[in-house]
Amino acid sequence: MSRFRAMMKMTAVRLSALYLILFTICALVLVFYITSSSVRLLTTQTETAINEEIESIGQVYQRGGIVGLVRTIDRRGRQPGAYLYLVTDPAGRIVAGNVQSIEVGVLQTEGWIERPITYERYNEGSDPQVHTAIARVIVMPNGIRVMVGRDLGEPEQVRLVVRRALMAALGIMGVGAFLIWFFVGRRALQRIDEVSVASQRIMGGDLAGRLPVSGSGDEFDRLSENLNGMLARIQELNEGVRHVSDNIAHDLKTPLTRMHNRAESALSSAKTTKAYRAAMEGMISDSDQLIRTFNAILMISRLESGYSTETMEPIALSTIVEDVFELYEPSAEEAGVKLTLGPIDETPVKANRELIGQTISNLVDNAIKYASVSDNPVEVTLSVDKHDDKVKVTVADNGPGIPADQVARATERFVRLEESRSQPGSGLGLSLAKAVMKLHGGTLELTDNAPGLRAVLVFPVGEENA
Amino acid sequence: MKILVIEDDREAARYLEKAFAEAGHSADIAGDGETGYTLAEQGTYDALVVDRMLPRRDGLSVVAALRAQGNDTPALILSALGQVDDRVTGLRAGGDDYLTKPYAFSELLARIEVLQRRSSPKEAETVYRVGDLELDRLSHTAKRAGQVIILQPREFRLLEYLMRHSGQVVTRTMLLEHVWDYHFDPQTNVIDVHVSRLRGKIEKGFETPLLHTVRGAGYMLKAAAGTNA
Repeated sequence: MSRFRAMMKMTAVRLSALYLILFTICALVLVFYITSSSVRLLTTQTETAINEEIESIGQVYQRGGIVGLVRTIDRRGRQPGAYLYLVTDPAGRIVAGNVQSIEVGVLQTEGWIERPITYERYNEGSDPQVHTAIARVIVMPNGIRVMVGRDLGEPEQVRLVVRRALMAALGIMGVGAFLIWFFVGRRALQRIDEVSVASQRIMGGDLAGRLPVSGSGDEFDRLSENLNGMLARIQELNEGVRHVSDNIAHDLKTPLTRMHNRAESALSSAKTTKAYRAAMEGMISDSDQLIRTFNAILMISRLESGYSTETMEPIALSTIVEDVFELYEPSAEEAGVKLTLGPIDETPVKANRELIGQTISNLVDNAIKYASVSDNPVEVTLSVDKHDDKVKVTVADNGPGIPADQVARATERFVRLEESRSQPGSGLGLSLAKAVMKLHGGTLELTDNAPGLRAVLVFPVGEENA
Repeated sequence: MKILVIEDDREAARYLEKAFAEAGHSADIAGDGETGYTLAEQGTYDALVVDRMLPRRDGLSVVAALRAQGNDTPALILSALGQVDDRVTGLRAGGDDYLTKPYAFSELLARIEVLQRRSSPKEAETVYRVGDLELDRLSHTAKRAGQVIILQPREFRLLEYLMRHSGQVVTRTMLLEHVWDYHFDPQTNVIDVHVSRLRGKIEKGFETPLLHTVRGAGYMLKAAAGTNA
């Protein structure tokens, strides 16, 4: 029983059963209609035949009287055929005919006997069979009754044939339903089961696992492919999170450890106030670095989780670029870097001055910091230009740049490409820039400046500013 | 200087109380927004330090209510939220300055002292004088001992800000905020280089230094003792 219930829970089984029932009902209706209408047709034909026979017997009677009638009936009754004849005298005794016995009461009725009656044929010897027939009884003025009937063998035959056809059809439908279940339903079920099993495996921790794809390109494949895409994305995010936590651990642990060590060594070996002071100052600068990292993390998550765009207003990026240029020019010079201002376009775009200012500053800061480790005279150029419906702010340097295969990774959080790990910084500058640009509906592009890095902030020009 | 600190973190409040005392100020502590408001309402304080998130009544509403009453005691809002829009809402509520946690006490102290001075009428003066250094805000000229110093526009604004707050510590972030009008954290020494250039212009060839570096805090423009500051 429970097995049956389990079976009935399967979609395919339920569908097959439903189809089977529907087909059966349709077939039954059809069969009923066909049999009833064909039987009705045959009955009408039989009645017509009986009427004709009665008419011909009537003519015989008119010509030959009762003797002629009896003789004719006797003769016709002996011929093989489906007709029944019976003549009785007024007392009800059988005078002539091919019927040995008949249902009681039939002859007492006059006219059509509506229902099929049973009778036994006269000439079937010692083993009379019961047949069914319809008949008409006529009462003559002299009290003689004549019954003419016709056997119903034919319509019964039709009914039998149709019934057999129905059984055969039902059988075929049953087999069909089973085949449908087997080939379509069961296969579908199997694929669904495979998907269930695979998902359970993935839930169980096999995050690299994927759902099976048969390659037929059907709905199940499409579903699996989409789910696989989703799984890949989740895995990517998951790895991102793990990567970030690893890096947070590293980036926060390093200054924390340093602070701890400074405090410890000051306690154990510092003799003078000056030494204590130096240790304290070192610790403060370490904690400042920590705070900076935290702030950058907070800011990125804030930007990514949807920042208020209320603070954005149309502004010419050139003013921000000039501000940053002016701000960084002296310290660049001090670092031996030649900071120059390239062509400046003044198209206004919708932007948050603070965020963009900070972003460009970070880029310039990065450029100066990383470029100054190279041996050549370093040059960093700031420019703003307009291409079609985009305004681009470019910070280009001729420093070591970023290897082409690492460009994509460079904007990930905390990624400080190995060569730069030793440089100070949170490793969040480029991811912050990326988040800021996303907020502005733009992008951050990093390309090779041959040599060096070219960081481009691409802003869409709003319609109201175009 | 009498300061009211409205801060629900007892540890932090006690630290501020002690640190303000060491800096020569007296500080009262209120542990929640309602108490803070009641105390501040009396108008006996020179400055308020208000945490943004407080029990019973939040910091912004305390400041807004005081301003609605016509109480304009300078207020510095402290918050763990440091984004541009947070700052904007903070200042819109009537705060005079906004500082993000965690902060260095030196930064808080410098800002509070500047805020307190802001309510004194130096804004109206057209000529600032520190020692023998003189800055005319109308003619945009600076002179030391009668000798004209040629300054770039930004250097002029830098000097102007330093002179307006002479005798007070101004931090790097304060300079970036008021001279450049950006509110982010200057990561590298960008501000220091600007200051040292300015220092070169106003001190080169003169005996007495005017622009002093305050370790771990920022800068202070101050005349040597004895001359008028």
